[in-house]
Amino acid sequence: MNARRVLALLRRQFDLMRSSPARVLPLFAWVAVDMVLWGFIARYVESIARATHPVLPGLLGAVLLWDFFARVMQGVTTTFFEDVWSRNFLNLFGSPLSLTEYAAGLVAASIATSSIGLLVMLVLATALFGLSFAAVGVLMVPFLLLLFGFGVALGLAGCALVLRYGPAAEWLIWPIPALLSPFVGVFYPLSTLPAWMQAVGWCLPPSHVFEGLRTLLAGGTFAAGELAVALVLTGLHLLLAGWLLRRVFNYARRTGLLARYSAESVS
Amino acid sequence: MADPAPPVLTVGGLAKSYGGRPAVDGVSFSVARDEIVGLLGPNGAGKTTIISMVLGLLEPDAGRVTIDGIDLARRRPAALSRANFAAVYAPLPGNLTVRQNLRFFAGVYGLSRAAVRVDTLLEQFELEALADRRCGLLSSGEQARVGLAKAMLNTPALLLLDEPTASLDPAAAQALRARIVGLTRGQGRGALWTSHNMAEVEAVCDRVLLLWKGRILLQGEPRALVRAQGETSLEALFLRLAGDQATETA
Repeated sequence: MNARRVLALLRRQFDLMRSSPARVLPLFAWVAVDMVLWGFIARYVESIARATHPVLPGLLGAVLLWDFFARVMQGVTTTFFEDVWSRNFLNLFGSPLSLTEYAAGLVAASIATSSIGLLVMLVLATALFGLSFAAVGVLMVPFLLLLFGFGVALGLAGCALVLRYGPAAEWLIWPIPALLSPFVGVFYPLSTLPAWMQAVGWCLPPSHVFEGLRTLLAGGTFAAGELAVALVLTGLHLLLAGWLLRRVFNYARRTGLLARYSAESVS
Repeated sequence: MADPAPPVLTVGGLAKSYGGRPAVDGVSFSVARDEIVGLLGPNGAGKTTIISMVLGLLEPDAGRVTIDGIDLARRRPAALSRANFAAVYAPLPGNLTVRQNLRFFAGVYGLSRAAVRVDTLLEQFELEALADRRCGLLSSGEQARVGLAKAMLNTPALLLLDEPTASLDPAAAQALRARIVGLTRGQGRGALWTSHNMAEVEAVCDRVLLLWKGRILLQGEPRALVRAQGETSLEALFLRLAGDQATETA
């Protein structure tokens, strides 16, 4: 792995953003809207329900983690889409750049962009709602890392789909976080769901992350068991996504799809 | 006595078919240092397929490619770090400036001291005034120059040029041809050049390979080939062969 190649992709994203407010705004605008909206919803629910436990930390914590996950996934796919939109695959893969280095570049760009979103969400949660995650502080880090891993896995799988089925398939990628959210119990315990949805949910790392988070916020207990399961599942999803991307890339090289990749040539 | 330098490109028994229809059928050739080899043929003859396989963008069904003595299948990054290409259908991303693009691809090719190399190329290709303009806003001629500057980033042993002058006016095409010849001959570099412009190929290339349906039909020094075939120009030869082959096929 050549670090210069990975850093080149990261710097390219920086160059693109520096000259384009349209690329910078989505890094924090939607997460900011989500934080504000859900923050006020939580405050309202607290005021009418007279809940025994405060609603705000759990709900806002869930929104923060879920938006972070979605940003990570989109950080990977958006960097990939830059090359789809500019039809850059010939220039990239006709060079010494390997698929592993390219994927590492996508992840590096995602780390940078999702960190900005996370920072904005933390600042807003503290400034507008007086919520400080410092209390759970370090204990939140494993949850974030696991969601980061799963976001990367879904992002790489999304890249594989778009590479295989063409730029039009990007519309299948954007809604993935929304499609998954009912199954992983972002806002409610998994036991709320019907059995078949629970079965799907337990196979997805975020379910264990959010169950663990609720346990942590309710009683302050660190759910090591949930995290261990999430870790194994995240590892499996990462391996599966890497395998899928490699397989599709090899298919694209074998069939000529990579050499003639464009909106017009892929159905 | 020291071994002579290996060819910058050796292609042996290269084959690729799509759905049972051969696109390239057992093609073998080499490109020596200081040599410009023209790859000619009608549309669908297999020119771009060969270039794609040499660049590792397309996996051959059979055959071997070595670049500057390095086997592409076994040591892809090392082999491709000795090559580069410019093609009219592969422009650099239009949303980055000339400088940003060159810096990006300098990184992709793993260059150290990338900024110095980029500055050198901007000067060499007279792109300084355009350095901070987005590539998408440049004229075809300017884009072709930027593409060639990108192709020279890693001082490649092998230059692959797929219709490099296709979208240029005669003056810009002439200037680009002169530049490419200057970058190749006497520089220890070889070039594989595809074009539909027969006069251009005749003027520039040391040797031509005439492809037909994925096979090499004729090869040799352009003028010698024209004389041997009793024609007046490469274009006349090309048209006659195309006619002969079409009749045979029918």
